[in-house]
Amino acid sequence: MEKFNKLSGHAIPLRITNVDTDMIIPKQFLKTIKRTGLGEFLFYELRYDQDGNKISSFALNQEQYKDASILIAGKNFGCGSSREHAPWSIADYGIKCIIAPSYADIFYNNCFKNGILPIILDEATVSRLQDTSDSILNFNIDLEKQNITFLENNEKKEISFEIDPAKKKCLLEGLDDIGLTLNKVASIGHFEEDQENEIPWLYGNKLK
Amino acid sequence: MSTPKTIYDKIWESHIVDTNDDGTTILYIDRHLVHEVTSPQAFEGLRLSGRKVRRPEFTLATADHNVPTADRDKGIADPDSKLQVETLEMNAKENNITYLPMTDKRQGIVHIVGPEQGFTQPGMTIVCGDSHTSTHGAFGALAWGIGTSEVEHTLATQTLVQTKAKNMCIKITGKVIEGVTAKDIVLAIIRKIGTAGGTGYVIEYTGEAIRNLSMEGRMTVCNMSIEAGARAGLISPDEKTCEYLRGRPLAPKGEVFEDAVNYWKSLATDEGAHYDSVVEVKADEIIPQITWGTSPEDVVSIDGFVPDPEIEKNADKKKSIERALDYMGLEPNMPVNEIKIDKVFIGSCTNGRIEDLRAVSQIAKGRKVEKGVHAMIVPGSGLVKEQAEKEGLDKIFIEAGFDWRDPGCSMCLAMNADKLQPQERCASTSNRNFEGRQGRGGRTHLMSPQMAAAAAIRGKLTDFRDL
Repeated sequence: MEKFNKLSGHAIPLRITNVDTDMIIPKQFLKTIKRTGLGEFLFYELRYDQDGNKISSFALNQEQYKDASILIAGKNFGCGSSREHAPWSIADYGIKCIIAPSYADIFYNNCFKNGILPIILDEATVSRLQDTSDSILNFNIDLEKQNITFLENNEKKEISFEIDPAKKKCLLEGLDDIGLTLNKVASIGHFEEDQENEIPWLYGNKLK
Repeated sequence: MSTPKTIYDKIWESHIVDTNDDGTTILYIDRHLVHEVTSPQAFEGLRLSGRKVRRPEFTLATADHNVPTADRDKGIADPDSKLQVETLEMNAKENNITYLPMTDKRQGIVHIVGPEQGFTQPGMTIVCGDSHTSTHGAFGALAWGIGTSEVEHTLATQTLVQTKAKNMCIKITGKVIEGVTAKDIVLAIIRKIGTAGGTGYVIEYTGEAIRNLSMEGRMTVCNMSIEAGARAGLISPDEKTCEYLRGRPLAPKGEVFEDAVNYWKSLATDEGAHYDSVVEVKADEIIPQITWGTSPEDVVSIDGFVPDPEIEKNADKKKSIERALDYMGLEPNMPVNEIKIDKVFIGSCTNGRIEDLRAVSQIAKGRKVEKGVHAMIVPGSGLVKEQAEKEGLDKIFIEAGFDWRDPGCSMCLAMNADKLQPQERCASTSNRNFEGRQGRGGRTHLMSPQMAAAAAIRGKLTDFRDL
């Protein structure tokens, strides 16, 4: 998996709460058997009207946010389905960091499997950053130091964030967690032997 | 004496394989359900890394999201859908995983097939690349939805790396009044705690009203745990749970079944176990519920009104209400039972089981679907369809003007051909009313099967008890 350490880039404010996975990537794009190429469909129904024309009022379509790599969103971001197509489309679009007051659980977890850093900050700070991103374009994110820095009126501003150490490590090192688990394959084997002794009916019964 | 434990604590502790240095737990996964949408990239990942499926016999695959619900003999028309389903079939075959194809009468929505086959059992850890995996919690299993990376992790290792969630108890005290269903109970819960109310928790549903529910009703409640933000929701097993499983194809047989029953019953939460959060809902205060907006927490009783953003003090919430009203094409303060509908969808992993169809038949019998309304009934599995036809329900539906179809996820998420046109309004027994969920611009009102059937008859949202 791709590592995440530092990021410097523009941020897009998305002032909607409860952004669900159907908004992030509508179902008609879930028919792919690949992980790549979903970026162009990110927020499709918010970005394009029914005739396929760009909706100019939507932030992703605005010139100043064109090369953004950070998304600043409302609370409970990513609620709904478990579709990993949601983080795939976000990463494929070029967004590597999301800042929001809270996330839906499965989406949050899926981000870490795809090199996306989901930062949690209180609602007031997120709202302030959204306003800031309207005029100040460059934000620096440092995962190691757990801070966001930017220049405002020629003054360096710093906001720190909390993150679970295990999740931080996973992003910093870009770990292959299947490989790591398979290092403990002996433990898995022992578990299965014990379980088969205790709950034998779980074993050896397959649907024909 | 040992510390009293919740059922979640017990299942968690009995599945710990190892603990990683960072404090995360490697948790054993007993059963894995696989469908066509969230698995192709996982199988591809295995191929690229040269890894094998560790326990094919603990894995069950079926196609549900993309399958057509009519004219099945013609196959799947959409080439992308067809490729996705064929890819699943190929991956299952290559990896020696049991696959139930469209032509098998046991095919259906994964969350309906698992319990029907006895694949789902109490005390198990069950995962699937689908957020409604929480359905299986009705059996006292710890079941949750995962992304494709975790599907691959499960296929390769039969484990997942997890952090334990907190325990929440939602107690539904007393008895429900007549005509109030499992769907109304769960909508009332989400109305109360919100779509993020359960985030970080595993919910255990308790109380007399939950005990009184059938297994089908319990599945409806656990199914929508995810709409309350919880990854998993479960109910301690009891006699009903065991009786449902007796004789199912994959359930233990003979003497072993009795051993299993003893084990299953031992899983129930101990008296005095600690919950991090407790929510109480009085059953007799619930009347039939519907959603008016675009979030499953936008719930109102059928005798209620569309909310007025002007009286909302929270600015964020006010904006959300305005946005939802605009999308839904509704005016503030209008009585919800005056909302006219164009379509009806009865089905999904929430309400596509035989009990749901029986309830619909009670309403449909001797009545007609309102002119201009298209009302479809999509059974959750081929076996549900077969049972309904055995009971003659299909004849009642067809006679009343309902469109009786083949099993699948269908218009719950509109990945197949079943979808709403822009601005079409639907009374739906599914689980999500998000913008565009049932088709771009489509407007979804969630409700129980009885309420959806009544909407079909009247052409508007109606308290079915008034029919």
